[in-house]
Amino acid sequence: MTAASARYDAKRRRTVVTPEGIALPFVLATRGARAGALFIDYLILLLGTIAVTTLFAWVAGGLQGLDDGGRKGGAGEFLQIVWMLFWFLAWNGYFLAFELGPRGATPGKRILGIRVAARPEQSGGGGRLTAEAVIARNLLRDIELFLPLVLLLVAPSGEAGSAGIAGLVWLLVFALFPFFNRDSLRAGDLVAGTWVVEAPRTRLAQALSIEGAARGPSAATGATYRFGDADLAVYGEHELQTLERVLRENRPEAIVSVHAAICRKIGWDPGSGDERAFLEAYYAQLRARLEGGMRFGKRKADKFSTG
Amino acid sequence: MTALATDGGAIEAAVLRSDRFRLAREDDWKRLERIVGEMEKGRFRKLSDEDVLALPALYRTAASSLSVARETSLDAATLAYLEGLVQRAWYQVYGPRQGFARWFAEFLGGGLSAAVRGIWLDICIALAVMIAGGIAGWLLVHQNEDWYWTLVPSQFADTRVPGASREVLLKALGTEETAAGLSGFAAFLFQNNAGVAILAFALGFAFGIPTLMLLLKEMATLGAMIWLFSTQDLTLDFIAWLSVHGTTELFAILLAGAAGLHVGRAMAFPGDRSVMAATAAAGRRAATVMAGVVLMLVIAALLEAFPRQLVGETWERLTIGGAMLAGWLAYFFAFRRRPSGQAS
Repeated sequence: MTAASARYDAKRRRTVVTPEGIALPFVLATRGARAGALFIDYLILLLGTIAVTTLFAWVAGGLQGLDDGGRKGGAGEFLQIVWMLFWFLAWNGYFLAFELGPRGATPGKRILGIRVAARPEQSGGGGRLTAEAVIARNLLRDIELFLPLVLLLVAPSGEAGSAGIAGLVWLLVFALFPFFNRDSLRAGDLVAGTWVVEAPRTRLAQALSIEGAARGPSAATGATYRFGDADLAVYGEHELQTLERVLRENRPEAIVSVHAAICRKIGWDPGSGDERAFLEAYYAQLRARLEGGMRFGKRKADKFSTG
Repeated sequence: MTALATDGGAIEAAVLRSDRFRLAREDDWKRLERIVGEMEKGRFRKLSDEDVLALPALYRTAASSLSVARETSLDAATLAYLEGLVQRAWYQVYGPRQGFARWFAEFLGGGLSAAVRGIWLDICIALAVMIAGGIAGWLLVHQNEDWYWTLVPSQFADTRVPGASREVLLKALGTEETAAGLSGFAAFLFQNNAGVAILAFALGFAFGIPTLMLLLKEMATLGAMIWLFSTQDLTLDFIAWLSVHGTTELFAILLAGAAGLHVGRAMAFPGDRSVMAATAAAGRRAATVMAGVVLMLVIAALLEAFPRQLVGETWERLTIGGAMLAGWLAYFFAFRRRPSGQAS
C-alpha cells in the first residue's frame, strides 16, 4: 500500500541507475516515519536494558544471601563488569548490528517499512552500504541527540549556566537539519553517505485484465460489454491507473460513482446492479487499446492529451 | 490436466500481450521473491545451492522484465511489484556480502592502519594542538596557581592540589595491593573514555573547531597536573605513572580528534568534489579510525586498571608505556599490508 500511494508523491521519489542500466525508483522515507522508528527503537532498547538490569539486580540480590566472604565480592564484581559491557554493547551495538544486517533496518525501521541504503554517487549509480558508513552514521547520533539532551537536563540546576540554552539551540540545529536539505538527510547520513528509503513490500496482485467480466459475460447479468473505439478514446493512462486502483480497493460507493462518471462521459445509460463487471470490461478494453498504441509509439497520458 | 498445461492455457487465453508476458515470467519473479525473502531473514541455510547460483540471473531477468514492462504494460500493480522486487534483489546482489567477521579481519589486517595513514595531516594538526594545550596549561598554572582550579575538574582534584606535600602526591601515584575491584574500574574507565573520544569525533562535524577546543582543554588539564607534580620534583614519576595507559589513551584521543577534524576539513574544503561526496568519503574513513579508537580505549582501560595500579617501579611503568607507544606506531605506520582488493 505504501508503495502504491508513494507513486504519486513525486517530491520524495529519486532514481538510481543500477549497474545493469535499469533506472530504479527509490522513495525517501518521511521524516515522521524516521522519528517514529527512532522512538520505537529507543523504547525497545530502554525496556530491554531495564529488564536485563533487573535480572542482574535480582542475581546480585541472590549473591548477597550467600555468605562465604571473599568469593562473594568477586562474583559481584564480575556481574558488574558484565552488566556494564552489556549496557555499552546494547546502546552502541543495537543500531550497528541491525543496520548491517541483510535488511539494513532496525526493528523500529522494519515496523515502519523503511531501511538504510547507500546514497548514490553523483554519477547516479548506486553503491553498497558498507560497515564504515553504518558506524559513521550511528556515532554521530551522540551529538545529534544525547549531548544536547544532557545539556538540557543539567540546565535547570543552574550549574552549567547558559549550557541549557546552548543545548536547546544545538538540539534544534540537528533536529531541523533534515528539513533543510532535499534528501531529508540528518547529519549522520550526510557524513556516512547514506539515506533512509522506503522498503517496498509489494505482493504481486492478480492481473485485473484476465479475470471476471474482463474476459467475457458478467457473472451477475450475463451481459457482455463491448466498447467502441470512440468510447475508449476518451481516457488515457492516468485514468486507466485510477480505474485500476478503484477496482483493487473495491469500495462499493467508489465503484458506483466511477461507473456513473464513465457512462456520462461515453453517453451510456448508467443502469445499476452490474457496475463492477462494467468497469472490469472497460478496464481490460481500455488497457488493450492503450497498450496497442504503445507498441506503435503512441502514448496518451490522460484524458486531456490527444492520441 | 497437469499444472503446466493449465498455465499454458492461461497464457494462451490471456488477451493482452502484456498479460501473456507477465504470466510467462511470473514463476521466475516469485522464485526470486522467495530467495530474497529468505536472505532478508538471514536464513541462508534454507536456500539450496541452485537458488544461490540462480540469484544473479533471476535478478537480471527481473530487471529486464521491468524495463520491458515499462515500455509495454500499463498494469500499475505489476510495475510496482517489479520495481519493489528488483530493488530488494538489488540490495542482496550488491549488498554488503562480507559479514562482520570478514570485515573485522580486513579491518585489523590493514584496513585500520591504512585509514590512520589516510588522515596523517589531521593527526599532525591535532597533535600540534594537543602539545600547545599542554604547554598552555603548564604556563597558565605556572604564572598563577588559581588557574589550577579552573583547569583541573574537581573530581580529579582529590588530594592532588597545589601546595600538597610530596608524600601525598607520591601516594596518589601508588599501587593497589590486590586486583580486586580493578576490572570494574576498567569497565568504568572505558565507558568514560569512549564517551570523550566519540565526542571529539562527533564535534568534528562543526568544521572541526570544537574538536580542537576540546583537545586543547583536555591537554591543558594534563599540563596543569604535570606542573603540580613538577613542583615537588615528581615529574618523571608522574609521567611514568601516566604513560602506562596514557600513551594508548592519549593516542586514541588524538586519533579520535584527528578523525573528527578530517570530516570537518572535508566539509570546509571539499576540493573538486561536491561537499556531500567529500564529506561522505571522509566520514567513512574517519569511522574506520573510530572503530580502532574504541579498541584502543578498551586496551587503555585494561592497562589503567591493572598494570598501572599493580606495577610500582617508575622504570617498569615507563617501559610498558613506551612499548605500547612503539607498538601502536609500528602497527599504524610501518605495517603496510593492504587488504585484498582495496587501493589505499
